[in-house]
Amino acid sequence: MADPITTVHGTAYPWGAKNIDTDIIIPAHWLKTTTREGLGRGAFESVRAQAGNLFDDPRYAGSPILVAGENFGCGSSREHAAWALGDLGIKAVIAPSFSDIFSGNAFKNGIVTVVLPQDAVDRLVEVARDGSITVDLETMTVTTDHQDRLQFELDPFRRRCLMEGLDEIGLTLAQDTAISKYESQDAVYRPWIAGRGRYAGIAVGDGGRT
Amino acid sequence: MLREDLHPRTDAFISAGIMASRPLTLYEKIWADHVIERRDDGTCLIYIDRHLVHEVTSPQAFAGLAANGRRVRRPDLTLAVPDHNLPTSPRVDANGHPLPIADPESANQLAALRANVAAFGVPYIDALAPEQGIVHVVGPEQGFTLPGTTLVCGDSHTSAHGALGALAFGIGTSEVEHVLATQTLLLKQSKTMEIRIDGTLGFGVSAKDVVLAIIGRIGAAGGTGYVVEYTGEVIRALSVEGRLTVSNMSIEGGARAGLIAPDEMTFAYLKGRPMAPAGELWDRAVAQWRHLPSDPGAQYDATVRIDGSAIAPSLTWGTSPEDVVPITGVVPDPDSFADPAKRDSARKSLHYMGLTPGTAMQGVAVGHVFIGSCTNSRIEDLRAAAAVASGRRVADGVRAMVVPGSGLVKRQAEAEGLDRVFTAAGFEWREPGCSMCLAMNPDKVPPGERCASTSNRNFVGRQGPGARTHLLSPAMAAAAAVTGRLADVRELMG
Ligand code: SF4
Repeated sequence: MADPITTVHGTAYPWGAKNIDTDIIIPAHWLKTTTREGLGRGAFESVRAQAGNLFDDPRYAGSPILVAGENFGCGSSREHAAWALGDLGIKAVIAPSFSDIFSGNAFKNGIVTVVLPQDAVDRLVEVARDGSITVDLETMTVTTDHQDRLQFELDPFRRRCLMEGLDEIGLTLAQDTAISKYESQDAVYRPWIAGRGRYAGIAVGDGGRT
Repeated sequence: MLREDLHPRTDAFISAGIMASRPLTLYEKIWADHVIERRDDGTCLIYIDRHLVHEVTSPQAFAGLAANGRRVRRPDLTLAVPDHNLPTSPRVDANGHPLPIADPESANQLAALRANVAAFGVPYIDALAPEQGIVHVVGPEQGFTLPGTTLVCGDSHTSAHGALGALAFGIGTSEVEHVLATQTLLLKQSKTMEIRIDGTLGFGVSAKDVVLAIIGRIGAAGGTGYVVEYTGEVIRALSVEGRLTVSNMSIEGGARAGLIAPDEMTFAYLKGRPMAPAGELWDRAVAQWRHLPSDPGAQYDATVRIDGSAIAPSLTWGTSPEDVVPITGVVPDPDSFADPAKRDSARKSLHYMGLTPGTAMQGVAVGHVFIGSCTNSRIEDLRAAAAVASGRRVADGVRAMVVPGSGLVKRQAEAEGLDRVFTAAGFEWREPGCSMCLAMNPDKVPPGERCASTSNRNFVGRQGPGARTHLLSPAMAAAAAVTGRLADVRELMG
């Protein structure tokens, strides 16, 4: 779990583009890594191939905030998209909507996904061209240098995890008794669920091919 | 909608015939059966019955377990198989010795999976096993996917397994780690959407055309926040293979999961599969599965109705799966879209795709044809493509490849002689894997070239940097291969 986070403040990429899929955020050939680090180099590769793009504009370099359009992060479930954004230094994405999987992945990597109505996002794209933005998890507001104050909602559990930097797996493991109880009831109601270990230990053709 | 008053399961399974206080949907029943604990804010700790693992989205999860000294809670509910990175060229030499994988990063990722499954005791189908294939083909084929189960995988097309009445959805790597460690996920209940397709499909119209028509209708974000259930005469008449194609692409319409009620066809498909229950357990399982379909009068949060009889063989023109037209249609004019953002993205799409508004889709020349991916690589798909390819030749200048979804599909196709139909026509007949669906292995469409593809994503760069993708059915892909153009399969076969 990422470090605790209460506010994100700084310049923002004023993008606003709609339906940005995870193949745009991080193309497949970057997915061959076995670690979470270093993916910022591949972030938005096809966008950055274009001259004058937002991500290589010195005015926005290192911005902790990205203002995007509807359905941000649609497409594949690759968490590499969140890792790439994180590696780029992005700590909050503001958009009218996010794909369900992406917002879950972002949250688990300490990136706040802020949902605001389209007109508010349009306004932020404008403001971000030459001003900074603050996302505050305490007050659940987005504020700007120009006195904008936009209220957003955040799932209470996610908010707590973000603000306290909680280890979700550790929290769930603490519920081991409840999980074990479920499993023993399940064994009665659905005895076919437990695997028969058919493939346990199978590793066919252990001949050096990897 | 009374979703809130559906109590968490206390000591009984709804699917075991326990009566609920009101009619429930298939999704609500599976959900209720899997709630371990429910918090005040509605977040539930959900038990996960089945977990598929592949090489791309798992290494960081296993590394996380190792770093924290954690184990895999239920290896017996987990199944790992490599698919995304594997080259589709022959895997052994003439003497049966394994051939090395040229790309060091791919080799490294595949090696990591092998090391991880060994270290954590996870059941594993190796690259050289006859059962190897794309996770979403292997799961149903092995009977690992079962009705009424919760099934996850670090891959968005996990929605495919919903075709068998499983609540199946893609997860990210942190969630993969969470499931490996705890066999659970923290989730909130989704809204439900019924997509009802009545009528009868016309000649030359397949499951792929149905799902393209659905996404064209609801849009790429139309299902966001919903779990979809596909109902209606058309869905009931589809084979399990066809249903898998429809559920597979649920995610392209924004829905994380797309369920189809299990029925006699589902049970017949699963019976006798290696990992499906057998004997007395099978009978008990089927008896429970019969309780799963949505009750009469169950309420959905949204309903979409589509007339199946009106669906034509279809394909995409742009870079979003919602950019769908019938093959008899033309490239749309970006100015015809009401939404300014859509106008803008359509303009960009057309520029990327090298198409001009008003051009007839039929007749657009293609250089590549890909028949494969977890959407359309099962035996029925290969039969449909072979029927078109039979007695014809791949057009000059076209590279056409067929990549079966698994080793077992490949073997069955070879037993039916489909491989010979394809190779005689000039198609490449390759080893199973994801292949040109996402171009992580050497199978790529070169920049600026056009591909008729049975896969599920036409995103910018999906089949290789600069590649131009048109999504369509296996029969339509074969028609494109033999004519060298986007073509109406009905004219070839009529
Ligand atoms: S075939 Fe394509 S969509 Fe399916 S699992 Fe492989 S890469 Fe993903």
